Amino acid sequence: MLRLPKFTLHRPTSAADAVRIAAGHGPEASYVAGGTDLYPNMKRRVQRPTHVVSLSRCADLRSRAGVAGAEVTLGAMTTLTAIERDPWLQEHYPAFVHAASVISTPLLRNMGTIGGNLLLDTRCNYYDQNYEWRESISFCMKCDGSTCWVAPSSPRCWAVQSSDTVPLLCAIGAHVTLLGPDGERRIPLTDLYRDDGIAYTTKRPGELLTHLHLPALNGWRASYRKLRRRGSFDFPVLGVGACLHFDGDVVTRAEVRIGGAGSHAIPAVKTAAMLVGQRLRRDDAASGELIRAAAQEAYKPTRAMDNTDLDAAWRKKMAPVFVSRAIQDCL
Amino acid sequence: MTSSKVLGTFVVNGEPHEVAYAPHKTLLEVLREDLGLTGTKHGCELGECGACTVLLDGTPVVSCLVLAQEVEGRAIRTIEGLADGPDLHPLQDLFAELGASQCGYCSAGFMLAASELLERNPDPTRDEIRAAVAGNICRCTGYIKIFEAIELAAARLRGEQGQPTREMLYGS
Ligand SMILES: Cc1cc2nc3c(=O)[nH]c(=O)nc-3n(C[C@H](O)[C@H](O)[C@H](O)COP(=O)(O)OP(=O)(O)OC[C@H]3O[C@@H](n4cnc5c(N)ncnc54)[C@H](O)[C@@H]3O)c2cc1C
Ligand code: SF4
Ligand code: FES
Ligand code: FES
Repeated sequence: MLRLPKFTLHRPTSAADAVRIAAGHGPEASYVAGGTDLYPNMKRRVQRPTHVVSLSRCADLRSRAGVAGAEVTLGAMTTLTAIERDPWLQEHYPAFVHAASVISTPLLRNMGTIGGNLLLDTRCNYYDQNYEWRESISFCMKCDGSTCWVAPSSPRCWAVQSSDTVPLLCAIGAHVTLLGPDGERRIPLTDLYRDDGIAYTTKRPGELLTHLHLPALNGWRASYRKLRRRGSFDFPVLGVGACLHFDGDVVTRAEVRIGGAGSHAIPAVKTAAMLVGQRLRRDDAASGELIRAAAQEAYKPTRAMDNTDLDAAWRKKMAPVFVSRAIQDCL
Repeated sequence: MTSSKVLGTFVVNGEPHEVAYAPHKTLLEVLREDLGLTGTKHGCELGECGACTVLLDGTPVVSCLVLAQEVEGRAIRTIEGLADGPDLHPLQDLFAELGASQCGYCSAGFMLAASELLERNPDPTRDEIRAAVAGNICRCTGYIKIFEAIELAAARLRGEQGQPTREMLYGS
């Protein structure tokens, strides 16, 4: 059996209590929401908190507030299934609902939460392995070792951003609220992440993610496209989030984020810049040409490495294809 | 850090069980090792196969990633509780009739996931069935017989005949 290591469980009933308890145990403590990322990692001994602070009884993390036309706020403990089955979200935020619905499996979506998905650990074929496997080839830099087995001369870790909602939510400009021992702060979601496989978030010690804020609907359209081997279970090995803001059929703002191909959701800056100010129409040859050319600019920034499923060179080649499809979806 | 056992009550298939268990155990481990309910199978133990599926307050979850301490007192349904007394659930009858169970390792998980779908949606399409059991892996059957068994079980639960065709039983 692959068993969990020993630890002490805490089950506070409010976010404030959770933060207080976690602060009392410093780096020894981890929060747990659905446990679908933390517990596999603990079983593999890549995360070893001795105090686990469960958020399952924090009723204040389960709300949904807001109306169409204004910002919408979701509690961090909202399950992925709840997002997928929410008729109101389906109507108003279909790309977000789609991104949540292609995560893992229905069983895991019943357990996994949006907060846990935003803070999902980065992944790598040399890291997501049990203790004996990792020990047998010598531990890598992300856990217990000093060398990166993907790029042995590299001073950094290249573990992969693998959450499906992150590229989409970064593209649409979502925000999050964090509650820590020193109080509350609200930041753009894009500022939560860093381009580093080990220190992949800017979350301060002990901070709890309490809420996700979806921007008001005001003339933007978004899409998420995922590449994986099987239609279920698999993490994205490429995941493109795109968002276009329109004035009529003229693009006023564009944001494209490439996930599953680097340690953060990579902004396709040139692609976006080529679209702004352009007139884009569905089923229009000139628009199609422009989108293809813009999407081609997503090839270069895509950092697919040989540490996920499927061939790295092919994943990189697929980036412009998926970027182009995601942009087309927004028309 | 606690290493000694804790005492807790688990409500499995409608019956409360008081049990002493190690507090870092998963629900899967408590069911199999402390309650002797070995109908729930352990496969990957990492959420990647669905063999350990149980219903928690009616919702299918993978018990290998549920911490036992978190579900004390909540309604847990395992394969041992799918039949109604001596009467098998239509899913169990049809898995047997159609050969939707071969080695049988995945069957408990499939039937529990399917039972929840049929509660929610008494007349699912083939695609809805595929989506509902997309967290369960079978290495033997090739899935077609599983989908057919779920379809016929749905028909029987709706009060229809739900008889397998000759082709389902013997191939074409
Ligand atoms: C087989 C399998 C397949 C999967 N496939 C996918 C996939 O395709 N796409 C995908 O995106 N994910 C996938 N996942 C990962 C995971 O199931 C989801 O990302 C899920 O949303 C994680 O949420 P959780 O609540 O279970 O997180 P948890 O495991 O509870 O937490 C994850 C991390 O976030 C921290 N955390 C959780 N909530 C908070 C909070 N509110 N504040 C501060 N810290 C917090 C925890 O300490 C932990 O480090 C898969 C997992 C498995 C086992
Ligand atoms: S990218 Fe390198 S350092 Fe990071 S997890 Fe993989 S092998 Fe380890
Ligand atoms: S044993 Fe739980 S999903 Fe495989
Ligand atoms: S019957 Fe053998 S795994 Fe499904």
